[in-house]
Amino acid sequence: MDILRTPTDLAQRGHGGVGESASRPDGVLKVTGEFAYASDLWARDMLWGHTLRSPHAHAEIVSVDTTEALSVPGVHAVLTHADLPAATHYGLEIPDQPVLAGDVVRYHGEPVALVAADHPETARRAAARIRVEYAELPLVTDESTATAPGAPVLHPNRSDHYADRVPHPNVVHHQPVRRGDLAAAKARAEVVVTGEYELGMQDQAPLGPESGLAVPAEDGGVDLYVATQWLHVDREQLAPVLGLPRELVRLTLSGVGGAFGAREDLSMQAHACLLALRTGRPVKMVYSRDESFVGHVHRHPARLRYEHGATRDGRLVYVRGRIVLDGGAYASSSPAVVGNAASLGLGPYVCDTVDIEALALYTNNPPCGAMRGFGAVQACFAYESQMDRLAAELGMDPVSLRQLNAMSQGATMPTGQPVDAPAPVAELLRLVRDRPLPPPRQWETAVGTGTGFDLRALPGGLSNTTRGEGVVRGVGYAVGIKNVGFSEGYDDYSTARVRLEVVNGEPVVLVHTAMAEVGQGGVTVQAQIARTELGVAKVVLHPADTRVGSAGSTSASRQTYMTGGAVRNTCLLVREEVLRLGRERLGDTHPGWRGDGLWLRDGAVVTAGGEVLADLAQVLGDDVIDLEREFRHRPTEPLDPENGQGFGHVQYSFCAHRAVVEVDAELGLVKVVELAAAQDVGRAMNPQAVVGQIHGGSVQGLGLAVMEEIVVADGARVRNPSFTDYLIPTILDTPTMPVDVLELADEHAPYGLRGIGEAPTLSSTPAVVAAIRAATGLALRRVPVRPEHLTGT
Amino acid sequence: MDSRLLTSAVTLRVNGTVHRLTLDNRSTLLDTLREDLDLTGAKKGCDHGQCGSCTVLVDGRRVNCCLLLTVACDGSEITTVEGLSDGWSLHPVQEAFLARDAFQCGYCTPGQVCSAVGALREMAEGRPSAVTVGTEPPSGAAEIRERMSGNLCRCAAYPNIVRAVGDAAERAAEWWERTP
Ligand code: FES
Ligand code: FES
Repeated sequence: MDILRTPTDLAQRGHGGVGESASRPDGVLKVTGEFAYASDLWARDMLWGHTLRSPHAHAEIVSVDTTEALSVPGVHAVLTHADLPAATHYGLEIPDQPVLAGDVVRYHGEPVALVAADHPETARRAAARIRVEYAELPLVTDESTATAPGAPVLHPNRSDHYADRVPHPNVVHHQPVRRGDLAAAKARAEVVVTGEYELGMQDQAPLGPESGLAVPAEDGGVDLYVATQWLHVDREQLAPVLGLPRELVRLTLSGVGGAFGAREDLSMQAHACLLALRTGRPVKMVYSRDESFVGHVHRHPARLRYEHGATRDGRLVYVRGRIVLDGGAYASSSPAVVGNAASLGLGPYVCDTVDIEALALYTNNPPCGAMRGFGAVQACFAYESQMDRLAAELGMDPVSLRQLNAMSQGATMPTGQPVDAPAPVAELLRLVRDRPLPPPRQWETAVGTGTGFDLRALPGGLSNTTRGEGVVRGVGYAVGIKNVGFSEGYDDYSTARVRLEVVNGEPVVLVHTAMAEVGQGGVTVQAQIARTELGVAKVVLHPADTRVGSAGSTSASRQTYMTGGAVRNTCLLVREEVLRLGRERLGDTHPGWRGDGLWLRDGAVVTAGGEVLADLAQVLGDDVIDLEREFRHRPTEPLDPENGQGFGHVQYSFCAHRAVVEVDAELGLVKVVELAAAQDVGRAMNPQAVVGQIHGGSVQGLGLAVMEEIVVADGARVRNPSFTDYLIPTILDTPTMPVDVLELADEHAPYGLRGIGEAPTLSSTPAVVAAIRAATGLALRRVPVRPEHLTGT
Repeated sequence: MDSRLLTSAVTLRVNGTVHRLTLDNRSTLLDTLREDLDLTGAKKGCDHGQCGSCTVLVDGRRVNCCLLLTVACDGSEITTVEGLSDGWSLHPVQEAFLARDAFQCGYCTPGQVCSAVGALREMAEGRPSAVTVGTEPPSGAAEIRERMSGNLCRCAAYPNIVRAVGDAAERAAEWWERTP
């Protein structure tokens, strides 16, 4: 079978160990256009798959007639729910999502039928000829409609782990976190502020749409090349749906055009495999942009109510919160999002009395699940807005109030978990506050325009018809806390295979993991670790696939910690084996072999003092050392269902932002002039990549603050599935972003590192909104802040 | 219907190679490059002219080639990201993107790189941008941002893209002297 543009080994002969800004092993391929993304896959005789989706958000499927579609020339298969060979439902944690809708559709865009044809346009046109008769059902769209008496129960007969504990069957999961004596604390509070906040539905909008190629194999199995975040969990869900033993479902990671959570759940994986197995031909599926907007889960929209009680001098006495997350039609990762929102809902502060509950609803809105910072993003917008209100109420400086209440190492989380690693919250705030402010009104000091006036610097740029007379500056601050890795007792691990051999006299390390590189630079770090631990210049990275053990998901800021940890540990075992062989074979050639502290450098075994004992070629000869090992972080425990107490998280990650905005309130225009960040990363494994992650997360938070929202309206339908109507920040919307990086080691983590990818996404949203509030005096309880919220029209 | 009415013969010069193709009149240049000529460097991020991932150079000017019908390019000289290097070394813009780590997932990168090559040429030629006022040749980070604003990057590698394009500006000028 000819299959083109599948991933290849990434070989790099170079420098750059841990702590250096080593270059990406896939970098040259990416700038030359040779890097193969999932949308570039090709196989001889391949067919194209297309998905027919529901136009309604809640409807009974009365009948489906595929006759006409099947008669379209070029069509090879049409599949509906009735054709599913085995398990009909799947899900990350709760298998509540139909592979293809059966009797009922529960959200706009739900897959109903599949077509495979010899051309993508043929498949699309044939799908339009499938006749589906729907009978619309009443909609559940928010907490009041979901829990009203007589509300339609979207998933009757639930048997999942949470079903017995939820207050209503349309609640996926409910988690209270309670600590301290609330009545006593309330009596002590001298100042109380309450607020209600709302976040719209954000989309990950990775630039590479969902894509993959399924190839039927002679052994009856299937090989799937796909852009995903977690190969093994895809396989866990696929095997039962395909009715195949796990070994016959083989996945290989194809090039991933961004993820941010959107690829955590299955999208086209099962569909392409079903079509391939049915037709006996390779089947490629690529979502269009509008399909992508309904074809993956989104960030949970949320409504939050908070009450903060404090003493006159600004100490938090109690915090109450209620966080309602809209999970949409299927569970996806809602339970974990709820756990995060509840356990991190206080923010990075110390307060002995906390009463926070979070819950996720089942509704007929689009399903929501993982997106960068999940659960913590929603809470952060609310608790940071509250801290500003409290500061205003007390007449205190908002940074000082935060610093006064900031947690530090040794603090206790509302879950009772001790914070047993550095938590430099006050210091991060100081770093962003102490930066000089950017010069104001830069349009008046234009450089390079020849006119002394620079339109480009005005809020709205070209579309601002004024000379900036009405523009006001504001400055805002925020700080956030995110957990790293999988929490609440999950057996979280990663696996690395490391092979060392000498090829043509040169030692070569092969690193093989199933880690999904989605742009974060995990492959760079793997090569850096191998170079550092094995002292070898040439590192080859094997494509990620299911032939090696699971790496877990590229999410929860966990891969550098987990797969980095796995690569490191396996390298150390390989090194021990080298030293064992060296002692065995060459031990009497030099007394140094008997010493401790031998290590590998520049392709040789050296003593602690740096004396060379032997080349790896001498030690290994033709032998190959090839080991595969798992790595686990320290165990966590589930949160108590009643009070949320428990050692729930592995590690915490902190970031602070200062936003400087200029606002033309009359025109409803906002320009973020500067967004400064400070983050503790434990150890900057690759300083350049660290800054890139902080920039990326900060800008996605900025997007949520002022532009990004999936509009769900007109019967719970997605109304803006395009980049014209769903706005993501462009290069013009992106301010200067100075970054301070702290490296305070976490002794529990490999190299002392801290997961970094998500924390910057949290605080940038509230910092930007705080700055707009400072400029305008408006309350701004909802994000994204839209022009009409500023103009009051 | 007579299939001759639906197809056209088109000659394209792509990255220096002449291709004579007969294709469906409705084919976009992006699909022709990706599906017929095996040049998958240009990416489809939206197919609607909204993201810039499909940016290539047609007769030296950057275009979103998902919006261009191939039949309209008959006789044109097309450069895709695969054709930027001279065969020996990378184009200065590609070098600068690598040196500045101006990407993460890289999906927007072929479009960003082609767009930067086109933008730098436009700036070198003194062509105004949408916000150019006065006669002074535009320059600097603000102008790079303005000119690169048609290329989305969801990973938001933007700060490094600005730096990379700035770095490349001088070296790119020499490069054009050497390569037509
Ligand atoms: S694919 Fe052409 S602009 Fe998006
Ligand atoms: S690098 Fe991922 S979209 Fe630009």
